[in-house]
Amino acid sequence: MSKPKRIIELNPHGIALLSGDEAIALAALHCGVTLGTGYPGTPSTEILETFADLGGNAQWAPNEKVAAEVALGVAFASGRTLLTMKHVGLNVAADVLFTAAYSGVTGGYVLVCADDPGMASSQNEQDTRRYAVAAGVPMLEPSDSQEAYDFTGLAFEISERWQIPVILRVTTRVCHSHSSVHPHRKFTEPLKPGFVRNIPERVMVPAHARPAHRRLRKKLAEIEEWNVENGPNWTIPGSENLGLIASGVAAMHALEAAPEAALLKLGMTHPLPMKLIRDFAANYKRCVAIEEGDPYLNDALRAAGIALEPRLESYRFGELNVNRVRHLLAGGEEPQTTPPRGKPPQLCEGCPHRSTFSVLKELDCIVAGDIGCYTLAAMPPLQAMDTQICMGASIGVGLGMRHTLPEEQARRVVSVIGDSTFLHSGVTGLIEMAYNTPATGHVVIIVDNGITAMTGLQEHPGTGRALDHSRAGRVVPEEIARALGIPNVQVFNPVKELDRFKQELQCALESGMLSVFVARQPCILAFGKIKAYEKAIAETAGDCACAQPVAE
Amino acid sequence: MEAINIKIAGLGGMGVLSASHVLAETLFLAGYDVKKAEVHGMSQRGGSVASDIRFGTRILSPMIPVGEVDFLLALAPEWVDLHRAELRPTGRLLTPDSVAGLANSRSLNVALLGALSRFLLIPETVWHAALAKAFPEKLHASNLAAFQLGREGKGPHLQ
Ligand SMILES: Cc1ncc(C[n+]2csc(CCOP(=O)(O)OP(=O)(O)O)c2C)c(N)n1
Ligand code: SF4
Repeated sequence: MSKPKRIIELNPHGIALLSGDEAIALAALHCGVTLGTGYPGTPSTEILETFADLGGNAQWAPNEKVAAEVALGVAFASGRTLLTMKHVGLNVAADVLFTAAYSGVTGGYVLVCADDPGMASSQNEQDTRRYAVAAGVPMLEPSDSQEAYDFTGLAFEISERWQIPVILRVTTRVCHSHSSVHPHRKFTEPLKPGFVRNIPERVMVPAHARPAHRRLRKKLAEIEEWNVENGPNWTIPGSENLGLIASGVAAMHALEAAPEAALLKLGMTHPLPMKLIRDFAANYKRCVAIEEGDPYLNDALRAAGIALEPRLESYRFGELNVNRVRHLLAGGEEPQTTPPRGKPPQLCEGCPHRSTFSVLKELDCIVAGDIGCYTLAAMPPLQAMDTQICMGASIGVGLGMRHTLPEEQARRVVSVIGDSTFLHSGVTGLIEMAYNTPATGHVVIIVDNGITAMTGLQEHPGTGRALDHSRAGRVVPEEIARALGIPNVQVFNPVKELDRFKQELQCALESGMLSVFVARQPCILAFGKIKAYEKAIAETAGDCACAQPVAE
Repeated sequence: MEAINIKIAGLGGMGVLSASHVLAETLFLAGYDVKKAEVHGMSQRGGSVASDIRFGTRILSPMIPVGEVDFLLALAPEWVDLHRAELRPTGRLLTPDSVAGLANSRSLNVALLGALSRFLLIPETVWHAALAKAFPEKLHASNLAAFQLGREGKGPHLQ
């Protein structure tokens, strides 16, 4: 643990006003987490940042899959690990999770996965509850910051008791809303790290995985039983006319929208405490599950034969709120309201991405794009990006188009990818380009603004600084491209060397030479901060040199 | 006590988030149950930002239901029309006009908190404490001046 940069002050009643993200970080600290790891993604990013500020040991991985693997190593070594990501990050990390569920863990393994119903800042609204079922891992769903704190601790206890990874599923409103937290610190002690050889449970070859799968299902059956008897679920009595079943922030909306109703509030939603739900539902004339996103509770409960009122399809979309729950309970079609839209974000004035994309527009390129601030170049006035799907997709999609389009069009295709995104999942795309080269060649432009800007200016392997901005190893994108044997690798300043960049790009498009261009100029929001971090690094390095006795 | 609902709206970079932080902190220090909800994440400047702050004896949903906003603090006139429908019939609107005479437009957010403070029964010292906690020391004097200007302003702008 390093020296804390921040201390959470409690009021005289021992309470602090915290966001859900901060509450998770504080609980992780109180649980004695050995290592926090993850990849930035709104709304999960502040968890590891806060954990580090509070003195915890945290680091950004290049992507979620690597983070999930590092975390697994920690848990195999009996340490406690907090793994954080946004919902789409779990698509990247899923390969680890599905088999880690079989192998199991020794130290507590808690995966915090932040869903974004309504897509405040995401490319889809996938529902992590489906992953918990598919991978066969227990899942807890806090509804406010107090539960975010409590359930983080509980997740470690469940993980260690049943030796299984646990998902803590949060949503934008839980992560980014502030509410009272009484941090009671009553958590079990962590184990002592150390290596214990256990080849049958740690090496998932078929002969070992077959019994492991059976073990997993047995654990889940036990956990369901525990969830019925002792799980973090509570009931509020109410009118016999209406019983509501809800979890997460939806339970808060439900309580406010229908104060007269009875409520079964579920804290652990996988495995579901089916007996508890069945007994509850039997008491009410009308029973409704209030949930955001997929009809997860609706499907599971109805499949179990519980008489639940069917949910209208319109409630699958977007976030719930008190008004929508009132409509849902009133019945009938949901009125179509358009929430106030306001002004969409734009690339900052003076953003280096602006000049890069102005050249692509001028040259009438077909742009296979990627995710980051630069995706805003797809919006008016630039409208200089033609595709964007998921992190890293720009290179593969660009190559596919090159393989398929008529030659005149194929020659105009470029892939554009951010620096953080390139190191996250662009490197394998570049390997594909070096391996299955299109007949017309290809051009990849790495827009390197020296930071992960989109999610709030996080470090990444290319910055040479760690999560807490201290010195770390540095990975240089152009060196990766050269090592792959790409013949034309050049670095430009997209603002100061605009003309040269344009000429070289034109030349590469015409000649069909495989090219990687790095457009390097810092993000203007990060510029001052980067200077300050580097200055601090230089000063500490200086201190060390002075403190060292000089050997002669 | 029924929940009291305050919405602060404006553009990124105008200080919506710092104002809502100070307000939530003030209400928390004053002993209320407080919830604050905001959607943030994108770094870029210039998009719309809004924050919901609710306080009372027990707050449930962190988001203010449509039509139940008691006070709307709009950091720019454009945000009045955008959010007007969310106000209660008795709701109050506080706009840059409510704090005429502000020397530095950068402290508009704090001045509007001053204007709001006239309607909330919270000791002035609590506001001062929250402001001092939220901002670096070099801004304390100008913030106090802006807060005071809003607090002493000429009557509410009922619209
Ligand atoms: C799998 C996955 N993880 C995380 C995110 C969230 N996210 C979107 S873009 C981005 C990184 C952007 O950084 P960079 O590529 O450097 O572009 P910049 O925003 O700096 O222009 C992240 C972390 C995501 N969309 N998908
Ligand atoms: S935050 Fe940085 S990268 Fe993003 S739009 Fe602004 S200047 Fe560009």
